[in-house]
Amino acid sequence: MTAVTTEYPSKAKSSSLWKSLRSILASQEAILAITLLALVVLVGAANPRFLAERNMSDVLQGNAYIAVAAIGMSMVIVSGNIDISIGSAIGVLATMCGLIATETELPVIFSWLLPLLGGALIGAINGFFVAYLRIPSIVVTLGMLSILKGGLIVYRGGETIYNLPPDFGLAQLRPLGIPSPVWFMIVLTVLAALWMRYSATGRSIYAVGGNKEAAMLSGINIRSVIMKVFIINGVFAGISAVLYATQFTSIQAVVPPGLELSIITASVVGGVSILGGTGTVIGSTLAAVLLRAIGSSMVFINVSPYWLRAVQGVLILITVLADILRRRQLRRH
Amino acid sequence: MSVSEKFDHQPAANRLRSAFLSQEVVLLVILIAGVLILSTRTSVFLTVDNILNQGRLMTEVALVALPMTFIIVTGGIDLSVGSIFGLSAIVLGYSWQNLGLPLEIAIIIALVVGAICGLINGLFIVRVGVPPLIMTLATLALYRGLAEGISQARSARGFPEWFYVLGQGNFLGVPTQLWVFVIAAIIFGIVLARTTFGRTLYAMGNNELGARFSGLPVDRVKLIIYTLSGLLSAIAGYIFVSRVSTTRSDMGSGLELEVIAAVVLGGTSIFGGSGSIAGTVIGVVLIQLLKNGLSLAGAKNDATIVVIGVVLIFSILVNNFIQHRRGTAD
Repeated sequence: MTAVTTEYPSKAKSSSLWKSLRSILASQEAILAITLLALVVLVGAANPRFLAERNMSDVLQGNAYIAVAAIGMSMVIVSGNIDISIGSAIGVLATMCGLIATETELPVIFSWLLPLLGGALIGAINGFFVAYLRIPSIVVTLGMLSILKGGLIVYRGGETIYNLPPDFGLAQLRPLGIPSPVWFMIVLTVLAALWMRYSATGRSIYAVGGNKEAAMLSGINIRSVIMKVFIINGVFAGISAVLYATQFTSIQAVVPPGLELSIITASVVGGVSILGGTGTVIGSTLAAVLLRAIGSSMVFINVSPYWLRAVQGVLILITVLADILRRRQLRRH
Repeated sequence: MSVSEKFDHQPAANRLRSAFLSQEVVLLVILIAGVLILSTRTSVFLTVDNILNQGRLMTEVALVALPMTFIIVTGGIDLSVGSIFGLSAIVLGYSWQNLGLPLEIAIIIALVVGAICGLINGLFIVRVGVPPLIMTLATLALYRGLAEGISQARSARGFPEWFYVLGQGNFLGVPTQLWVFVIAAIIFGIVLARTTFGRTLYAMGNNELGARFSGLPVDRVKLIIYTLSGLLSAIAGYIFVSRVSTTRSDMGSGLELEVIAAVVLGGTSIFGGSGSIAGTVIGVVLIQLLKNGLSLAGAKNDATIVVIGVVLIFSILVNNFIQHRRGTAD
């Protein structure tokens, strides 16, 4: 694996203009924020209805559950792994959330908390296979994907859950006038970003993803880090599932198609290097909002939403290319 | 990514041959046991009709599994096969029904599009250095997105009679597409086991840098195998359309899971360097047998993907275990 996280361009011999340009380029978060702003301005100019408060609120809120899941996914990818079972896990956990609320006597808070435990359990199983049995994460989570997805269909037959209790709608609350999914997205992103930047465990995720051997030699317990990352990822999947389940008055007990791809796209486009070792969750959250803004724009400028997935694919490709070219640049200096 | 982790235990190359030979024998025994159990439990199973029909149903996965074996042997992976499958099906229907091209031309265009999709994967992997996992994950989204965008949820149907021969007809009493698969499997098998090209694949899987320094055309070989993967996915897509008489943009989603499960079940190491076409064929047959057995036992179709997931993880565990034992026995 390539390990270039510790290489920095030498300070000498680069003109200040080039240097500042590169430092802007180096910040994926800045690029995303500018792109998002430009998109809003351009589409707003083309069709002012895009800027209506209701639509802007939808842009912010619509992908909040994807942004929350992308936080965990970003940690997994930074550690040099991947989780493609996350979409199925969210489907299963959302169903779990709804079933606890409708078919048990437990207080509604349990329907919000138990899916987090469920997510941790799924994450622990994935993590165990990856960390201790050394099976590549892509294979483990591919297997987990089919087990969860198939299991859900067999168990529920795609049945929709109705008759949710009145106080169930966590995602419909609006503390201080702001939709609760937006609160979750912002608070969790900030907390996770701080944790990844300043805590020892957070730093060790970067170390494991950047250079496994070096991480091991510096005394990091790689297995335990990978295990933790997958468990945390599961918990975020649980939160995401609760936000997803509580947004409407019914829950469709199916795995949202292509959800894992949307989450991975948010992480990758957010600047989490798929080569491991770099990236932040602020980027992935910005990317999740950007993806929603793009999807929404397509409607307002009369492009068929059927092209959305293709746009996602192109965005991933561009980001990965930029990442690789940037690494080459860095290595050359 | 962890797929290319090379500092895990790697058994000696010369031991591998016997290793996967024995894996094939084990699989064959399991296969025969499965057939025996199923035939005693239902009278439907061991009929010529059922077996030929199962052969018809498994051809699409089986065809894609052949180049996937090549790719996994080199230590790579191709997650975009299901999307290429769907895209070429849509391109076929679109160029015939919406562009008004002759159906023969539409088929050729669909196959060419599939090959180009694979070539694009290969080019980015070789020239830019994008890891195969990431590249094909991106194109998994991109190609499926193109299929959705082009089709706009419309489907093509009402093909002329001759079009269905490949997917629904028989040749010498055997489903037509099964002939295609048998011929393809023999060619792929010989290429992998008996040619320089095949040996190059193993060399790349065991030590890519070493293969490169030995003067093997590593880059060209990669381009060829990813293009082949695209082409065979497109052929499988064409056969599928011919079998089910219509096109839909979500065709082949999840195909990659079944294909990879079959290849790995067949004893090809996910870390690269070992594997065989015979093993893959047995893997494909085993999975089809499992599906057939489950459906005869009254399980819903969706239950089978649970079982495939379990089989995938379990077979890798067993594989790892065998390789570890061999690694420590030396």
